[in-house]
Amino acid sequence: MSENSSDIRYLTPPNIELSKEKYCRFRKNRIKYIDYKDEKFLLQFVNEQGKLLPRRITGTSLKYQRKVSQAVKRARHLALLPYVGDMLK
Amino acid sequence: MTKRYETVFILTPVLSADQVKETVAKFKKSLKDGGANLTHEEDWGLRKLAYPIQKKSTGFYHLFEYEAPGELIANLELNMKRDEKIMRFLTVSMDKYAIAFAESRKTRKQA
Repeated sequence: MSENSSDIRYLTPPNIELSKEKYCRFRKNRIKYIDYKDEKFLLQFVNEQGKLLPRRITGTSLKYQRKVSQAVKRARHLALLPYVGDMLK
Repeated sequence: MTKRYETVFILTPVLSADQVKETVAKFKKSLKDGGANLTHEEDWGLRKLAYPIQKKSTGFYHLFEYEAPGELIANLELNMKRDEKIMRFLTVSMDKYAIAFAESRKTRKQA
């Protein structure tokens, strides 16, 4: 049964997922400085293992992604964020 | 030319309360002697570390925000490196957005 379900060839690629427009939250609400001391805020840019989320997921612009990565690395140095975590979310 | 700096450092948890105060006072004095003026100071107290440092899982966090000539930072960090009570420190120079943020954080803290 399962092989013929994979035989279905879509003529047009299924763009089912709604393409909600990603925006850079820093540019939108005018945040200019990302504080490395505030780890609750930085947790939103880190996945469960403590790794930095890529821009295509968070939608941040390049300028602020660099600031976020610098802030996260400083927070890691100060043991506010783990280098490799397992329970962050 | 004085610039604004921000230093966060972590003290080992095995210290007694007055040892903590005495080390913090020692660094505050060394800052003042070097001609820096301390604009803001915060004590986050004993906090859990995200990963063990030197086999310890908690530490006393302190924040210093000051305006200092550049040369002072080198010997401040040298003293911190030598002092074994300090597990880790990070000195960051503050640009205008960081300064604006720090001001707003201070007012938010008081409110």
